[in-house]
Amino acid sequence: MRVLVHIEHETGVIEDTAFELIAIARSLGGEVEALVMGAEPEALAGQLGAADRVVAIADPALETYLPDAHGVALQAAIRERNPDLVLLSYSTAGLDMAAPAAHACGLPLICHAVELRQDGSALDVRSQTYGGKLVASSRVPIPAIAMATPGAARAEDGRLDGIRPVETVALPPGSAGAIRLVESLAPETGGVDLTQAERIVCAGRAIGGTDKLAVVEELAGLLKAEVAGSRPVIDAGWLPKSRQVGKSGVTVKPRLYLMAGVSGAPEHLEGMRDSELIVALNTDESAPIFAKAHYGAVCDMFDVLPKLAARLKDS
Amino acid sequence: MKIAVTLRLTPDLTEELELTEDGRDIDREWIGLVLNEFDDQALEQAVLLKEAAGAEVTALAIDGEGVERLLRTALARGADAVRRIPADDAPSSARALTPLYAAAVREIGADLVLAGVLATDDLHGELAPFLAAELGWRQASAVSDVRIEDGDVVVRQEYSGGRAAQLALTLPAVVGLQTASQPPRYVAGSKLRDLLKVEVPEMAVDAAPAATGIEPATLALPDRGAGAEMIEGSADQIAERLHAILVERDMA
Repeated sequence: MRVLVHIEHETGVIEDTAFELIAIARSLGGEVEALVMGAEPEALAGQLGAADRVVAIADPALETYLPDAHGVALQAAIRERNPDLVLLSYSTAGLDMAAPAAHACGLPLICHAVELRQDGSALDVRSQTYGGKLVASSRVPIPAIAMATPGAARAEDGRLDGIRPVETVALPPGSAGAIRLVESLAPETGGVDLTQAERIVCAGRAIGGTDKLAVVEELAGLLKAEVAGSRPVIDAGWLPKSRQVGKSGVTVKPRLYLMAGVSGAPEHLEGMRDSELIVALNTDESAPIFAKAHYGAVCDMFDVLPKLAARLKDS
Repeated sequence: MKIAVTLRLTPDLTEELELTEDGRDIDREWIGLVLNEFDDQALEQAVLLKEAAGAEVTALAIDGEGVERLLRTALARGADAVRRIPADDAPSSARALTPLYAAAVREIGADLVLAGVLATDDLHGELAPFLAAELGWRQASAVSDVRIEDGDVVVRQEYSGGRAAQLALTLPAVVGLQTASQPPRYVAGSKLRDLLKVEVPEMAVDAAPAATGIEPATLALPDRGAGAEMIEGSADQIAERLHAILVERDMA
């Protein structure tokens, strides 16, 4: 089995998720090809020693990420390398590129993969679905494309410095131009840097509105913690974007991550799974967060948090 | 300018999910269906674009239980027109349904399609990129904030770690929306009641679902492993134990 792994990188730094994909590819046995696109992708080749080969697509049009140019480049690589499996991360670029590649190359696409095993001419793939509340087992005929959930493997298992042979693929002419970069935008900090916080109290959708935030803010104040929110809380405008933890927010690793009313969808776990101590309160006993947290309680946060705050005040 | 927005009903994930006997699906008999939260954002963004730049917004949905009510809500929220697309034994996979949506988009002559970035029950890829591939249009997913500038659609695309970029897409284009530039608006019940008798037109399309190449998955509850140590008891007892845990770790 030959696996083509899409390597995401940003300003010369390879994303951890790319090493996770290499680790998954390695676990399948067979050959691993690392696909790097950019203006000068060979510069990253020395970090991809865990692959057998580097496939580089060098073109000025690939300097910054653009959905059309990078998508066409992926399709060119698939056509030229003809892999049994293409692995991408469930990231923005993965979302943009995987489906058009599956469409153009006539390949099946399986998403949210957390485990892949080869079984003859097919892959048995386990995916998280329904917001992490269920696991789906699919039998996927190869060749195929799979998008893996960030965190599905350990980045360390796919990270190795070393020089590997580099093959080049050309970007087909006329691939770029219909989508232009207007401006790259740095993360919105808004005076808070959650990545540096030692303690975080995170409110989920169940908080219900800004008027209810006081209960979380009071507790955070007593714990000297920062207040964070999951995506629905940010999308509803209850907390600013700078306080978002998860896929489209920041990734944090505090000593304490106390979460109230957060179900624990894979997109949220991506941003906080390495926290030292995770405490989760939720009214839904089947909330996926209880599989990940260290301590959990099925309860109404509006009953428990004020009582916890009172005890902290007394101590 | 004509904007199409695609709407899907998805199971309410705040409810407990039960499986059918063969494990091929969730038991849908009692489960509540809600507008896919990202489609909700897409609808709001479409109406905001209409208010800012002038546009005709058509909301599209594959027909099924609850769809008429869903599309009436879209009218109440500011859509100009709604269409339900009939499909027998409609598969739920966006990839399979893409040809139907594409035919509807062509028929209404849309320049821009807004779709929710993902549906939480779909394993075979998301609607926006498949639809763009089928139509041969530009696409960007994981977008918050959409504007029309000099005939281009300008989006804010979000990446991991809170990074983002503004991209300009030449029309026609498909956008996979994550967050509208303002939270979805509230619609008064009286407004919905006024629309109860409004007919929701059907739009038959000359297209058949596509193959995904993958048989339906078998579903199971996740293996929790060790999972969290669960704290039982009254609110007082839970607060007491949490306090003790924090004290133990020098955090109280």
